[in-house]
Amino acid sequence: MDALIPLFIVIPLISAFLIMILGKLVKGFHRYFAPFTLLVLIAMTIIVFANLGGSSIQYAVGGWGLEKGIPVGIFMVLDAFSVLMLCIINLLGFIALFYSISYMAKYTAESNYYSLFCLIIAGMNGVVLSGDLFNLCVFLEVSVIASYALVAFGVGKTELEASYKYQILGSLGFMLILLAVGLIYWKTKTLNIADVRQVFEAGYNQPYYIFVQILLIAGFGLKAAVIPFHAWLPDAHSSAPSPISAMLSGVLIKAVGIYVIIRLFFNMFVFSHEIALVLTALGAISMVVGSLLAIVQWDLKRMLAYSSISQIGYVLMAMGMGILLLLKGNNEAAAILAIGGGIYHMINHAVFKGLLFLNAGAIEHRLDTRKLKEMGGLSSAMPITSTTSFMGSMSISGIPPFNGFFSKLIIIIAAINGRFYLLATLAVVVSIITLAYFLKFQRFAFFNKSANKALSKIREVPFPMSFSMIILATLCLALSLLAIPSVSELILRPAIDVLMQSDLYSTTIIGI
Amino acid sequence: MTVYLLCFALFLVGLYGLITRRNLIKIIISKSITEFSIFLILVLIGYIDKGLAPIVDPGTSQQIYVDPLPQAMVLTAIVIGLATTAMLMAIAIRLYRKYKTFDIREIKNLRG
Repeated sequence: MDALIPLFIVIPLISAFLIMILGKLVKGFHRYFAPFTLLVLIAMTIIVFANLGGSSIQYAVGGWGLEKGIPVGIFMVLDAFSVLMLCIINLLGFIALFYSISYMAKYTAESNYYSLFCLIIAGMNGVVLSGDLFNLCVFLEVSVIASYALVAFGVGKTELEASYKYQILGSLGFMLILLAVGLIYWKTKTLNIADVRQVFEAGYNQPYYIFVQILLIAGFGLKAAVIPFHAWLPDAHSSAPSPISAMLSGVLIKAVGIYVIIRLFFNMFVFSHEIALVLTALGAISMVVGSLLAIVQWDLKRMLAYSSISQIGYVLMAMGMGILLLLKGNNEAAAILAIGGGIYHMINHAVFKGLLFLNAGAIEHRLDTRKLKEMGGLSSAMPITSTTSFMGSMSISGIPPFNGFFSKLIIIIAAINGRFYLLATLAVVVSIITLAYFLKFQRFAFFNKSANKALSKIREVPFPMSFSMIILATLCLALSLLAIPSVSELILRPAIDVLMQSDLYSTTIIGI
Repeated sequence: MTVYLLCFALFLVGLYGLITRRNLIKIIISKSITEFSIFLILVLIGYIDKGLAPIVDPGTSQQIYVDPLPQAMVLTAIVIGLATTAMLMAIAIRLYRKYKTFDIREIKNLRG
């Protein structure tokens, strides 16, 4: 079992370099090899998921394990929370790659695209599996540098400008993270997340670690685009090719941003009231401001990008509320609801935001425009795109029976139970604003009178594109099953437990 | 103590350039300066007074060695920094070909 863990990183890396070498020689090699790689990864994820059952497994790289209770080597850890992230990454990666088969056909240098795509997957799998702070930073940069290149893949004016902005802010974030990692090493003399936790629990210098925590929030906040650090996101996510936008918005900002924030602040740092307040406030602010910025956009992909900021705010706010409730200690049921709702919304957001970006790509593929005012009347010309995007829109704005309704409901119930009435009200209001701008999208893109005279020539998108949209739309419906208590007990509960019993992560690895 | 303050000064110099410069290439140079100040801090973290390079030789009586782990970290971080700088330079050259200028005040297609 534990021998499978490094393969999650090695297989996409090997396939990236194979595609780079063989893609130029064998015609069409990259188109079939890259989705095949992701299929293998999905199969491995399913095997791991079925055998894990709430426990956690470790892999010591190079056989350098524990030496007198001190971890000397690099550890890779797979537990119930990271396996959920692996599911999202590999599933959405496969769907986006399958979609690219026909979408990317109009670009040159296709083999580079598939190779960089595999590098992103390798980096994200590495971030999720890594149990070592510096190793995490390196994998983070692997995936993020690949995404810099992919954002600029179209080499037009806007793509290059967006990529430049993204790179400057991204490398600033990396510097802050590196400084924080260095400062943690200075005091604790270790980089292993579990070992750092042991040192922190033994009593620590409060102001020093609050400084480190703020540095980490700023650094990973830049990667996750929570509101004061969001300037690059709407540019980068709207300029990239659509499958990449789906990947960036659906998975990348979660795997390298939110996932790491949650992992570090639950399992590495000891909870503190101030930091929990900061996380909740950042979440609430990005939720509100993101949705207000989204409603005024007339560029479809830009609107979706701003809506990503707003939905990420929900997740961060739920997690902050979870820490606050755990610190109060008298309302554990509400804390479980808040954390569970956060994880559930994170999974859901990956699915519906991926779907909506693929829809935007389908419209762009046929109409060659992203402006809402130039669309219209597409519902009869593109029935599959219209239906799936309707399902995605209803799902993100929280209409039952789609998955977005249940996760938002759980977060709101948790907020009311924990007496955060202001946050509960804000969550409801933002959900209504979300509904408003997605109705705007539906009306102007699909049901309005057409401004486009050549509408009769527009056909439905080819099979690979429509197929991937249908899969995601079905998932939008199917994931609402997770709201049933017995199902969520099986899938979400182990992940919630990893975060709730925050000591358990370190003690199982150190082996006390 | 002075060494740390000098590192911090270098960091501020880089940050100042990052905020005030208007030229694509100068922004990249400022980014590199900021990055190097952080590398210096990382190396200082591992430094122990009068320590030698950590190559253990049983023949000598020297007992103090500097910490090798931050050095390994800095080497990796320098490689990552090199990759980002190369990538940024490539993008800057492409931008110059499209806009015929390095001035960021004239490169502003993306707004709102």
